[in-house]
Amino acid sequence: MAAIVQGIGSTAAPSASSNKFLLSSLGSSLLEKKRNFFVVRSDGKCYTGLNQQQRRAQNVVTNAVATKEEKASAAVGSKPGHELLLFEALREGLEEEMDRDPCVCVMGEDVGHYGGSYKVTKGLAEKYGDLRVLDTPIAENSFTGMGIGAAMTGLRPIVEGMNMGFLLLAFNQISNNCGMLHYTSGGQFKIPIVIRGPGGVGRQLGAEHSQRLESYFQSIPGIQMVACSTAYNAKGLMKAAIRSDNPVILFEHVLLYNLKERIPDEEYVLNLEEAEMVRPGEHVTILTYSRMRYHVMQAAKTLVNKGYDPEVIDIRSLKPFDLYTIGNSVKKTHRVLIVEECMRTGGIGASLTAAINENFHDHLDAPIVCLSSQDVPTPYAGTLEEWTLVQPAQIVAAVEQLCL
Amino acid sequence: MALSTHRTTTALLRHLTPAISYLRHISTDSTSTITVETSVPFTGHKIEPPSRSVDTTAQELMSFFRDMALMRRMEIAADSLYKAKLIRGFCHLYDGQEAVAVGMEAAITRKDCIITAYRDHCIFLGRGGTLLESFSELMGRKDGCSKGKGGSMHFYKKEGGFYGGHGIVGAQIPLGCGLAFAQKYKNDENVTFTLYGDGAANQGQLFEALNMAALWDLPAILVCENNHYGMGTAEWRAAKSPAYYKRGDYVPGLKVDGMDALAVKQACRFAKEHALKNGPIILEMDTYRYHGHSMSDPGSTYRTRDEISGVRQERDPIERVRKLLLAYDIANEKELKDIEKEARKQVDEAIAKAKESPLPEPSELFTNVYVKGYGVESFGADRKEIRAALP
Repeated sequence: MAAIVQGIGSTAAPSASSNKFLLSSLGSSLLEKKRNFFVVRSDGKCYTGLNQQQRRAQNVVTNAVATKEEKASAAVGSKPGHELLLFEALREGLEEEMDRDPCVCVMGEDVGHYGGSYKVTKGLAEKYGDLRVLDTPIAENSFTGMGIGAAMTGLRPIVEGMNMGFLLLAFNQISNNCGMLHYTSGGQFKIPIVIRGPGGVGRQLGAEHSQRLESYFQSIPGIQMVACSTAYNAKGLMKAAIRSDNPVILFEHVLLYNLKERIPDEEYVLNLEEAEMVRPGEHVTILTYSRMRYHVMQAAKTLVNKGYDPEVIDIRSLKPFDLYTIGNSVKKTHRVLIVEECMRTGGIGASLTAAINENFHDHLDAPIVCLSSQDVPTPYAGTLEEWTLVQPAQIVAAVEQLCL
Repeated sequence: MALSTHRTTTALLRHLTPAISYLRHISTDSTSTITVETSVPFTGHKIEPPSRSVDTTAQELMSFFRDMALMRRMEIAADSLYKAKLIRGFCHLYDGQEAVAVGMEAAITRKDCIITAYRDHCIFLGRGGTLLESFSELMGRKDGCSKGKGGSMHFYKKEGGFYGGHGIVGAQIPLGCGLAFAQKYKNDENVTFTLYGDGAANQGQLFEALNMAALWDLPAILVCENNHYGMGTAEWRAAKSPAYYKRGDYVPGLKVDGMDALAVKQACRFAKEHALKNGPIILEMDTYRYHGHSMSDPGSTYRTRDEISGVRQERDPIERVRKLLLAYDIANEKELKDIEKEARKQVDEAIAKAKESPLPEPSELFTNVYVKGYGVESFGADRKEIRAALP
C-alpha cells in the first residue's frame, strides 16, 4: 500500500511490483470478474507502458489542446477499446453490475418498457424482467422511499429521476431517510442506493427542467455525490456508485448524453472520491465538473494560444471534495479558478471556495475566482439561456485577470 | 364492551366449567385451545372479514398479559424519567395501544418486517428489543439500540426485523413499501407491516405507496393505528372521511378493535395470508393513547379527562386480558399482581443499569456517517485514508 500512497499526486513512477500486479490482473480480469478488477487512478498512474510518455507529456507545456481521455483508454493494455456514446457507457456499466449482482435493480419512470427517457436503460427490461427494471408511476417521493426501504434489506436499487429537478419531490426521503438511517440506527442498516438522473441546462427546456441543483443536496450528511462528464468516467462512476455501500447521487447532464468516446474493453471501476486531472499545467488551477469541463477545455485552447498554461481538474466528486488532488494543484499553481454550472449562491463552487480558503490559504497568490451560472431561473429564450451559463470567453477573461 | 365479553365468556363457561376447573392447576403450561369471541365484529371493505372467534391458548394469554404489563410499565417509567430530565427532546408514549404490538407479534414471525413511526418503544420491545437497550437509547447512552445516536424516535432492531423508528410523519410508508418490494424480489414468503397513524393517513405518500403496492401485488400490510387524535387535532377535524380502512379504495380494508389483543392477532394473521396471495391490505386499529401526543403535550386540552378515564375503564387492553385470565381460571388475582410486580422490578433494574451506561465517546460523532467500504475517504488536505484490500 505504501507504494500507492506515495504515488498519489506526485509524478513518481509506480514501482515495478505494481506494474507486474497490473499485468497479471489484466490477463486474468477477462476470465474472473469477481476477484481481479482493479481501481484505476484517475491520473493514470497505475498503467503500464505509457508512463514514460505521460511524464514526458507533463513536462511539455506547449500541448495546445488538453490530453484527452484517449490517453487513459489507449494506455490500458493492448486492446484499443470500443467507441460508444455516454448514455451507452452508462448502460454498459449498469448492465455489467446487474449481471454481476442479482440484488441490483433499477426503478424509475419509463425505465422499463420505454427504455428510459435518455435510453440509459434501453433493452434492460427485456433482459432482466419487469421486477428488476421497474416502471414506477409518477410518484417520486414514494418510489425513492421504496428504493430506500428496499436498500435497508440488502437490495441495491438504482433510482432514476427523469430529471434531477423532479427529485426535489423526494427531498425528504433523500435527506432524512437515505442520508441519515445509517447513523440514527447506530450502523445497523446501510443504504446502498444510487440516485441518478440528468440535470443542468439543456437546449431551451425551460426553467423547471433546467435546474442546476447539485448544491441542494450537498449538505445532507451521509450521502456521496459525483458528477460524470465523459463516457469513460460515466461508466466507471456508475459501477463504483453501485458497488458502494453508501448512498450515492450521480449527476449526469442532459447535453452530454451523446458524447462519443473510446473506452476500454476491460472492466474498470473508478474511485468515487477522486478528482480527474484533465490537463496538467503550471499557471492556474481551473476546477470544474460536468458540462463546464468542455467550456473550460475550449477556453484552454484559446489560453494556450495566448501563452497561458492552465491546469484543468475535473473534480468529479462533489461530496466529499478531493482536497488532496486539489491541494497539490493549488500548491503548484497558487491560483484557482472555479468554473461550474451550479447556482452562484450556495453552490458547489461556493463550498469549494470556502474549503480551499480554509485549507490552502497560505498557498494562494490571489483570491479564488468562482464563475458559476447566474442566480436566475433558466430563461427560455436562447440568447438569455446562453448568458445564464459561463461561456468560454468569460473563462478566458477570468484567467487573464487572475494571472495578471 | 367489558360487559359483553363477560356475558359471552360466562355463556361459554356454562358449557365448559367442568373442563375448565380440571385445567386450573396447569395454568401457564396449558396449550389446549380456548376460543374467545372478540369484543366487536370486524368490518370489511371489499373483503370478507374473518370470523369473530379467535383461537388462543392459556399460555398465549399469559404471555399477552406479561408483555403488555411490561410495556405499560416501561412507558410509565419513561414518563417519570422524562420529568426527571433524563430523557430529553421528544418522547412519544404508547400506553393504551399495547394490544396492537402484542397482537401483531403473536400472528407473525421475526422474519416478517415491521416499520412504524415515532411511537416505537413497545413495538421495539415486541420485536426482541431489551429494556436495557430501550432505556439506554432514551437516555442517549452507549448501550442503546442505536448507540445513543438515534433517540426515542429512532429505535431499530435489524435481527428482529424492526425497521424503525421514523420521525417524519408518513415517510415510513414508502419505506415499508420498499421492504415489501424486497420481500417480493427475494420471494421469501414474508410480509411487511407498515404502521402509521390517523394523522399520517392524510399524507399523499400513503396513497402513492398504496397505488404501487397494489399495482405490483407487494406483500405490504398497511396498519393505521387510529388513536383518534393527530397530535392535538381530532380525526373528525382533520379528515373528511375518518373511515381509514376504506381510504384504500381498490385496496381491501379491515377495521379492528385495537384494544383487543386477540382481535388484533386474528386480523394480522388474516392479513398476512391475504397479502401473500393477493397483495396489499389496510388494517385500521381502533385504539387509544392515554398520554398526550408526546411528553410536551398534556393531552387534556383537546379531549376531556372523562373521555380518557372512560376508555381506561371500559377498553383497557390489559384489563381485558386480565378478565379473560380470571374468567378462564388460568391465573388468580395474586399471580397476576405478582406478574405486574415482576414487570416493575425488571423495569427498575433496567433503568438502574441504563443509568450506569456511559454516554457515547466523542469520536462516535463521526462514526456511521458513511459505511467504510468501497472507495477511499478523502478527509481533506494531505490526508487520504486508503482502503487496504481490493475486494
